[in-house]
Amino acid sequence: MTVPPLANSARGYGLVAILLHWVMAVFLLVLFALGLYMVDLDYTHPWYRTAPHIHRSLGVLAFLLLAVRWGWRLANPLPVPAGRPWERRAALWVHRLFYLLVAAVAVSGWLISTADGRPVSVFGWFEVPAVFYGHENQEDTAGWIHRWLAWGLMALAGLHAAAALKHHLVDRDATLRRMLVPAGGTHPPSSTTREDEMP
Amino acid sequence: MMRKLMLMLLLGLGALPVQAAEHYVIDTEGMHAFITFRVQHLGFSWLEGRFNRFHGTFDYDEANPANNRVEVEIDVASLDSNHAERDKHLRSARFFDVKKYPRATFVSTAWVDHGDGTATLKGRFTLRGVTRDIELDVTRMGAGKDPWGGYRRGFEATTTLKLSDYKMKEGHILGKVAENIRIWISLEGIRQ
Repeated sequence: MTVPPLANSARGYGLVAILLHWVMAVFLLVLFALGLYMVDLDYTHPWYRTAPHIHRSLGVLAFLLLAVRWGWRLANPLPVPAGRPWERRAALWVHRLFYLLVAAVAVSGWLISTADGRPVSVFGWFEVPAVFYGHENQEDTAGWIHRWLAWGLMALAGLHAAAALKHHLVDRDATLRRMLVPAGGTHPPSSTTREDEMP
Repeated sequence: MMRKLMLMLLLGLGALPVQAAEHYVIDTEGMHAFITFRVQHLGFSWLEGRFNRFHGTFDYDEANPANNRVEVEIDVASLDSNHAERDKHLRSARFFDVKKYPRATFVSTAWVDHGDGTATLKGRFTLRGVTRDIELDVTRMGAGKDPWGGYRRGFEATTTLKLSDYKMKEGHILGKVAENIRIWISLEGIRQ
């Protein structure tokens, strides 16, 4: 068994990019579900205080993860996307929009919790200070933006997943596979996973 | 003779007690006015908050206090309990529902002067679309010239409101101890 490549190549994603992608996906799904769940919790529910604390903490970590991922994306070649020219362009812009939306959702969430000038604690490990606060009904405006951008993000994720499945099942290309199996610069080109197993 | 009569009539009119209610605007510009509320948190302590934006006027008639009247309009969204997430929660449809009911109003209906510097102010209070007759215990604090050429008059007032009276959807989740909300108002008006 060979060591999976860490970095990207023009042919595919390395292990780091793949891990960052799926960890981020889990983060965003958990954050969205937790967010929906916690806003309807009863005041006397045992999770009333814990759920928002976890949501805020994970949200900050997701933002940091996004920064790392963006850095990694800039430092690595982007694999050439499959599909027709318009599909490639669309894919590129969907990916860019993802970065923008995740950042905007994180920032708007931070603006809710820090609207009175208090910092956000991340699992008690460290705190993110308030920078913009004290604006007229800031928590309400930021809350409205946070909610709808989060729904927008989930809609985009749905589109993203549907497109990946379409590439996999209809076009039968390597789009989905290469987000599952590392194929970096030091590896033979792979359009199928079976090639990876060849000597 | 006629002229003397006329003169007497005029003098007599002048001596009649004229309705001399003074008109005041509550000093929300210089913010010498506070509407605060206190509610118990699970029976452990008092939570205090206030409404930061409101405006109003009052008439004050020293000679005939029955003429006193008060009108106040509160911007409910200006609720401030010094905790952004809690304020957001309180403004939501679960409690104050400020989008649907942005204003609360108080219009007095009667002033019962007790003659000792205190009074009972009765009026109609509208909050969350519900109008109720409420009574406030008013204490006169002071009146006189201010250092800047104006004339001011101030009061303190308290009352207790019931959460359940105003149909707050989730008022009950705060428990029985939070059923009564204590209101404390301190304000001064500038004579116009």
